Amino acid sequence: MSERKIVLPGELLVEGGEYQPGSNVFKYGERLYASKIGILSIVKQTVSVIALHGVYEPKVGDTVIGKIVDVGAFSWTVDIRSPYTAVLNASDYFKGRFNPAKDSLIKALKPGDMIVAQIVDFDRTKNPVLTVQGPGLGGVTKGIIVELSPSKIPRLIGKKGSMINLLKKEGKCQITIGKNGLIHIVGEKPEYEELVAQAIKKIEREAHTTGLTDRIMKFMKKGRELSVN
Amino acid sequence: MSTEFVRVDGRLPDQLRPIKMVVGVLDRADGSAYVEQGNTKVLVAVYGPRELHPKHQASPDSAIVRCRYHMAPFSTKERKTPAPSRREIELSKVIKDAMSQAIFLENFPRTSIDVFIEVLEADGGTRCASINACSLALANAGIPLRDLVSSVAVGKYKGHIILDLNDEEDEAAEADMPVAIMPSLNKVTLLQVNGVLTEEEFKQAFNLAIKGCMEINRIQRETLRSVYSSIKGEED
Amino acid sequence: MKTFKVVSQLVRARMMDLLSKNSRIDGRGLLDYREIKVEKGLIGRAAGSAQVSIGSTKVLAGVKVELGEPFPDVPDKGVLTVNAELVPLASPAFEPGSPDENAVELARIVDRALRETEAIDLKMLCVEPGKKAFVVFVDIYVLDYDGNFIDASSLASIIALLNTKIRSFRVEEGKLKYEDGYMPLPIRHTPVTVTLAKPDNGPFIVDPNLEEELSLGNRVSISIDELGRICGIQKLEGSLSIDEVFKAVSIAKNVAPKLIEIVKREVV
Repeated sequence: MSERKIVLPGELLVEGGEYQPGSNVFKYGERLYASKIGILSIVKQTVSVIALHGVYEPKVGDTVIGKIVDVGAFSWTVDIRSPYTAVLNASDYFKGRFNPAKDSLIKALKPGDMIVAQIVDFDRTKNPVLTVQGPGLGGVTKGIIVELSPSKIPRLIGKKGSMINLLKKEGKCQITIGKNGLIHIVGEKPEYEELVAQAIKKIEREAHTTGLTDRIMKFMKKGRELSVN
Repeated sequence: MSTEFVRVDGRLPDQLRPIKMVVGVLDRADGSAYVEQGNTKVLVAVYGPRELHPKHQASPDSAIVRCRYHMAPFSTKERKTPAPSRREIELSKVIKDAMSQAIFLENFPRTSIDVFIEVLEADGGTRCASINACSLALANAGIPLRDLVSSVAVGKYKGHIILDLNDEEDEAAEADMPVAIMPSLNKVTLLQVNGVLTEEEFKQAFNLAIKGCMEINRIQRETLRSVYSSIKGEED
Repeated sequence: MKTFKVVSQLVRARMMDLLSKNSRIDGRGLLDYREIKVEKGLIGRAAGSAQVSIGSTKVLAGVKVELGEPFPDVPDKGVLTVNAELVPLASPAFEPGSPDENAVELARIVDRALRETEAIDLKMLCVEPGKKAFVVFVDIYVLDYDGNFIDASSLASIIALLNTKIRSFRVEEGKLKYEDGYMPLPIRHTPVTVTLAKPDNGPFIVDPNLEEELSLGNRVSISIDELGRICGIQKLEGSLSIDEVFKAVSIAKNVAPKLIEIVKREVV
């Protein structure tokens, strides 16, 4: 198992029929190659590359944070920072009791509003469909939103949530992670929110290095000391 | 023997010009790269995959690639008008085609991947430098690729087969041949000949081109890797 | 409209199956051209013209020669300029408008082969260096598209040029003097173009028809002159391995003489 080895597109990873291609790896004959810049990870017989760059590719079940960009007659168009814009239907927002005569879409959500939603439907033939029905889902009115590369989300979460829990605890903030690379932070004070935002940016820059959790811990503690003064 | 032939800029026949490659130079683009080969300077930005409008241009089962090769008016010896010339139209097509072979287009149906190339200074080999930069920019954008595409031109100049022609050599050459290859897969994705060659000369030139592409590929990989080796954990 | 661009799965499957047995849907051998027909001098107002059909693909090339100026950086030579149009009446694939990338590419492929071989001795078309020279316009019109307009255009162009008649002239002390009668253009070489296509795993074929062009993902055009010299290569789509590149060149060299025969036959 090679950890932390950076591989590039077209790089030969392994040869031999006993290996299977995982994410960001493709097979050509008996050989497995990387298709993205990332970190090589071989688990049992599956060879994957944890990408360091890339757009968010929507998956059913993912929680995402999106921005309303257009209002139609029966739905909103939502930008979820993926190659495909998403759709939120009025019937979902108004819990199936949408009355065009009474309910106004634009009064409920207008362009620029942010929402936390879940992808309920998506395939190659249609754009992702969202729902805001569910715990933690809905409009976002407080706090700040930070953007980072979706491929760095796993690093942000950490092993068994170690990194994200550290941020929540040390930053005294509620943090909602959108799999599409948008993070919603709500804290007791704007300074705490800002500190967490900076920590997230640092994680994005240094995602491929070792000892990151410790450095972030130090960063958060130092930041809290400074903000107290 | 050809190897004793010294070129206008002092190079040997099989020598590349000095090369500089940088990735991630633009902030707004999804991916970007800047490449210098000798005095030729190109800048590439990649946007996408992104939804394609108008929809009728989109393909239901794959992304389409749109490529614009454009030369800045101040890039050439005499000022070039900003309007697309026929040469730019042709080069946009061949570069698009050379790069498309490397991209897993089927991963992103109904979208487009837009590649914008600006030649800032032209001194020969602009389409090759563009392809080299496009590969870096696409990898930088995290678009899944089969391989990096590596490109260089060879030619016949005063009877000698030479590698990586500059503009002066290009104008006077009996033949010039830009080539691009995906080395891991042994797939040539750009091949043009402008000029006259015997079959024997073609073989010699083509083999030299492949050697040159391999060296370019090595430099591209080094460039991508160095982005990460230079970021160590920062204690701040 | 996109519908015509989609080749039916059945046709594709049949095509691949036949190719694996070295034959093609229309019964041709791998290296056979469709029937080639040539008509010359159809356009009275043109100095020269030729219409070439390869199968159902029809291309008309017209030549006009006019007095103009030489290029500033080549003051002692006449000028050659090649233009191509894929006009809408030729195919549902061609949309009205200025030449798109395919038309531009076609013109430049034909242009390069003629220019690099110095097929026309342009020095003989210079009247007053730096000031006056003859400009040879070759305009290519694809009239009916059933695949491979490149080879047809290449043939039509060189045949039109060989059959071009301009007013006899001589240059006396930098002055243009017309004489009685007409003379041909000074043509020294006859380049032709051979287009090959192949599926990813399968043999090369020559002269792809429309269905083959749309189904086989790899295509390359190679120009060869009467001396067997390579005078142009353009990989059109797809990719080729290093060995396949050498193979393509070798096939083109072997097939070109048949096309050059046709060209020589059509000189009036």
